[in-house]
Amino acid sequence: MSRAGLLRLLVIVLLIGGVEFLCRIGIVDRFTMIPPSEMVASLVRLVGTADWFWPDVTYTLRNIIVATCMSVVGGFLAGLAVHALPRLRRVLDPLFSSYYSVPTFVLYPLLIVVFGIGPLSLIVMGAMFGIVAMIVATLNAIDRVPRVLLKVARVARMGSVSTALRLKLPAAAPHLFTGLKLGVAYSVIGVVAGEFILATEGIGRRIAYSYNNFDNATMYGMLVLILMLVAVANSLLQGWERRLHRRWYRR
Amino acid sequence: MTKTADVHVALRGVSRVYPASAGHSSVHALGPIDFGFRRGEFVGVVGPSGCGKTTLLEIVAGLTAPTDGTVEFEGRVVRGDVPDGIGVVFQEDASFPWLNVADNIAFGLRRAGVDGAETARRVDYALGFMGLTDFRRAYPAQLSGGMRQRVCIARTLVLRPRLILLDEPFGALDQQTRLLMGEELLRLWRETGATVMLITHALDEAAMLCDRVAVMSARPGRFIGEVLTGWPRERDSRVVSTPGFGDLTGRLWSLLRDESRKALGMA
Repeated sequence: MSRAGLLRLLVIVLLIGGVEFLCRIGIVDRFTMIPPSEMVASLVRLVGTADWFWPDVTYTLRNIIVATCMSVVGGFLAGLAVHALPRLRRVLDPLFSSYYSVPTFVLYPLLIVVFGIGPLSLIVMGAMFGIVAMIVATLNAIDRVPRVLLKVARVARMGSVSTALRLKLPAAAPHLFTGLKLGVAYSVIGVVAGEFILATEGIGRRIAYSYNNFDNATMYGMLVLILMLVAVANSLLQGWERRLHRRWYRR
Repeated sequence: MTKTADVHVALRGVSRVYPASAGHSSVHALGPIDFGFRRGEFVGVVGPSGCGKTTLLEIVAGLTAPTDGTVEFEGRVVRGDVPDGIGVVFQEDASFPWLNVADNIAFGLRRAGVDGAETARRVDYALGFMGLTDFRRAYPAQLSGGMRQRVCIARTLVLRPRLILLDEPFGALDQQTRLLMGEELLRLWRETGATVMLITHALDEAAMLCDRVAVMSARPGRFIGEVLTGWPRERDSRVVSTPGFGDLTGRLWSLLRDESRKALGMA
């Protein structure tokens, strides 16, 4: 491991250790936070004993995966389409850049009215939250595809679909990762936060429920689970990105 | 100038004007140009920088539409699309960084639906004559600029185009490699019978490779003269050491000198 990596690990260990210490000596009381070691122990116990654990986790994971796919694939396709229509792009650009100043979650009453209380509302929330990041990243990524490659596609007499998938997509790939990572993160936030306010099951709903019932062990256990999920997803994406960059830019 | 029967590409009154846009008046970049390429002919185009050589190549390829005039390829007017049978090697690096050398070269063959065994055979052959056999699994980022350009040349030639358009393809290569690549190009040209249009700023390269070299004026680029090299079809880079060679480059330069001065604002 690199020196920076070791130091990073040290920072994380110190932070967690510090919290553990503050909890153990009672500066942070147990109603506010339980020690991190107990959070992990609680999670392990929940995996084995709680009958709601696997149904809630699969429910949330499924919604996250569907929402992520919708925002990433939908965002890429929408980005391609908008990129092909420069006039439309000039109209939409300011809307895209101000999109994240809108608190998307205030739309939840509307989502409930249209899609009902159920997975569909959550998926739409997650997809809505992630898609614009992917659209913006796609626009930027395709801007950076060298024009000569598009000429090669025309000489090879490739159609627009074939050009998009076999040329623009791979040529834009390194720059699409920004959107992919944001799209995944935003979709997770959208789904889990949505579960807090408009779900009857799922990890977010479980956290909100245990919070309301002063069940700190369950709440923190599930929080640790969410953090682990995000960390795993992120490191998988990072690894993929690093492999791709090595191929493209190694000298 | 040529009989219509064996004219492979015909340019009639071709010109290109870039329309005025915010803050810029319109630019007359090219033409009018009338020119015919005989089937199987190796034609060079030299001209001062900025005279519209690349624009001309893109118009012949069907990548850019002429403002006026028409281009006919094999008897059909080129309009909107690049016709089948045309291969282009661009000046810029156009290798695909996400594919290794062999897959880069095979790209067009796979797009054209050529079967696997034939694709492998042609790719192996191209790797051989381009001196890339040891690099077939390498990615473009691991290659020098000249090697990447060779990948692009190979990728175009394996498709056996009937008309090959080359836009300063050897610009990134050193002089020795340039001469040897030129020989390979001549050999392939003889084997395939393709018509070649070579755009270059190197007068010696044009004089060595071409049957005929057209000379363009400063912008707006027009054809102001041509030099017939008179080389036999069986030729290689050793023509540079024949007595007539210096005379050819000399004639090209005397046609080009005033135009180059104009292009640089010296006239």
